[in-house]
Amino acid sequence: MHMKTETETGQAILQVNGQMHITGAEAILECLIEEGVDTIFGYPGGAIMPVYDKLMDYEDRLRHILTRHEQGAAHAAQAYAMVTGRPGICFATSGPGATNLVTGIANAFLDSVPVVFITAQVVSNLIGTDAFQETDIIGVSMPVTKWNCQIKKSQDIPEKIAKAFYIAKSGRPGPVLIDITKDAQLEKLNFKYKKCEYIRSYNPHIPIHTKAIESAAIMINHAERPLILAGHGVLISGAEDELREFAEKTGIPVASTLLGLSGFPSDHRLFTGMLGMHGNYGPNLLTNEADLIIAIGMRFDDRVTGNLKKYAKQATIIHIEIDEAEINKNVTVDVEINNDAKEALRYLIPLVNKNSFEKWIREFRICDKTEYEKVIKPETKPEKGELRMGEVVACVSELTKGEAIIVTDVGQNQMYAARYYKFTHPNSLVTSGGMGTMGFGLPAGIGAKIGRPDKPVITFVGDGGIQMTIQELGTILQYKVAVKIIVLNNNYLGMVRQWQNMFFDKRYASTELVNPDFVMISRAYGIPAKKVSKREDLSDSLEEMLNTDGPYLLEIVIEKEGNVFPMVEPGSSVSEIRLTY
Amino acid sequence: MELKTMKQEYTISLFTEDHIGILGQITIILTRRQINIDSFTASESAVKGVYLLTIVVKTTDEMIQKVARQMEKLIDVLKVFVHTDDQIIYQEIALFKVTTNGLMSGNVIDHIVRAHNAKILEVSPEYMVIEKTGHKTEIAELLNQLEPFGLLQFAKSGRVAITKQVKELNSYLKEMDEANRFKTEPTLN
Repeated sequence: MHMKTETETGQAILQVNGQMHITGAEAILECLIEEGVDTIFGYPGGAIMPVYDKLMDYEDRLRHILTRHEQGAAHAAQAYAMVTGRPGICFATSGPGATNLVTGIANAFLDSVPVVFITAQVVSNLIGTDAFQETDIIGVSMPVTKWNCQIKKSQDIPEKIAKAFYIAKSGRPGPVLIDITKDAQLEKLNFKYKKCEYIRSYNPHIPIHTKAIESAAIMINHAERPLILAGHGVLISGAEDELREFAEKTGIPVASTLLGLSGFPSDHRLFTGMLGMHGNYGPNLLTNEADLIIAIGMRFDDRVTGNLKKYAKQATIIHIEIDEAEINKNVTVDVEINNDAKEALRYLIPLVNKNSFEKWIREFRICDKTEYEKVIKPETKPEKGELRMGEVVACVSELTKGEAIIVTDVGQNQMYAARYYKFTHPNSLVTSGGMGTMGFGLPAGIGAKIGRPDKPVITFVGDGGIQMTIQELGTILQYKVAVKIIVLNNNYLGMVRQWQNMFFDKRYASTELVNPDFVMISRAYGIPAKKVSKREDLSDSLEEMLNTDGPYLLEIVIEKEGNVFPMVEPGSSVSEIRLTY
Repeated sequence: MELKTMKQEYTISLFTEDHIGILGQITIILTRRQINIDSFTASESAVKGVYLLTIVVKTTDEMIQKVARQMEKLIDVLKVFVHTDDQIIYQEIALFKVTTNGLMSGNVIDHIVRAHNAKILEVSPEYMVIEKTGHKTEIAELLNQLEPFGLLQFAKSGRVAITKQVKELNSYLKEMDEANRFKTEPTLN
């Protein structure tokens, strides 16, 4: 039986037996709508034209953000996912469109962020012929996606997209890629969508390991110097409340990884700061003094552990981690709890005793005092000399009262932002952790602001990083994305220069930058901009930026040769953390 | 040497869905960690639609555990088992093509074939084909013996293995099924 129905767009779509008879391109868009998608980041091209053509008919339900480069779309989609908790969506065409995504895919993969990448592929009978703009993106993206697949028949689109969403979101989230041939986009199918809820070979719902959690509880109840290491998994599983309840009940101090920041309030009395290479003095030093470490949703990255041979050898280690492959990968642990952080903590909390560790916590506070005098005070309250990154971030933190979403690029700007912003709300830091992708900041700022228009979004970038994706100022112009950009300009690739300073006899090989006038560039894109170099103008300029409606770029001239401290030098133990050089 | 850092032979039995690209994903895991594949066999398994890959590698105990977990993490992989040689019954098959002249003199051929529990598959005036099923070392021994008689071709399969463990794939599948089937859709926050 055939009948015509009116869709919401008023367009007539032929229905056959209650199923829509539509093209593959329309099916892709219908699938996205079924999955609750309303925003897509992407860039068109030859092979994906059928999808973009149909996108015009879906304008009222699917907003497409045209970036200026596919990498920008990938980073924006990731940031969107990080601030909304919903998968980011990213479109690109075949060949160079697809390969331009790779850095963004790898970035999302290392930081466990769900992004559904949809790439177009050349017509199926041309695959393997080295056709124009043909790349084996399935092969290329295999090591950096959680899952990928190619679709050559339109009828496979609904099932494969449903599977892709399920895989991206569940378990340890991650990017997935679907490569769809142009003929499959044009071919008609009878559309019916069913969300994927089960894959035989994939089991993200791990039954709670009660025995392991019970033994963990006994250890926790007997510990004298316990320390919680909270990672990104806390935020991903939405376990912020559980973490807080667990820490408050047991009185155990909490340290956070870079990506775990904002999972526990920075101003909480039990918070001891950030772990790792440029983390805080206390949690690094005292990792090697703790008798029990409770690692939650983190993967003992080398930037966190320093020299593994000298990492927490004295401690019993409990590891709560949803990805079994991460357990015993870098650090051998005593209790494996291969579960979702939230579920494990919920089971654990009733089993632990109310306790407090005031003497142990005092040791952290002594470290804090030392760090404050030696590092934090000179960084955030310098009285003379040129502006420092630390005081800029501290000022932003004060002016926004922790209410902003902070986005960073990679390098010194990132470490300063992570160290000196006081995070109070979950998912208020968007940064490139595992991959350390320069150029992430600007497009990620766009994605974050589009995902959370209700929040001020401030992106910190260096003069090097912004120029890797500076074309995205065009995206800000086109869509009036009200992101605030702070360019911390020291005319250097600061972090690399710092390493040259410390480990390569101050031989500054290819790290000094001759920069364009960022203010002029910004204004050329219609974005109000200002340059500030004097301490007395800093606070007012930042306030002006925050009070301006719409986007804004503030270039801040920073002392040329500032170094981030403390630092756990490569090859050193966390307890050998240095406060000065 | 410590057991953890000592290299030895491991047989990976990997059960997977029939998904294009799975071989690529598995080799990526091994090559990235500089682990050479000694032998590789793909076949159907006792469970319909499930494929069994038998991979033999030489590495350390610590590394094989990590590698197995990385493999099991792949979406289309159902289950990965790692076994040392004493935990499995395994065989390889080898085919030898030798000149007929060399072997026909006296009872040499009959003697060698019988002694090695091998089998003659084909005899022609120019060559004969001998089949030997067994362990790598047994095949190597026969190879040594046949070489002096003029070996024309030699081909050997990868390892196929049956595990001695009592719990079979089906019961693992059932457990996974029960844990996952009737859950509500996962949410991020």
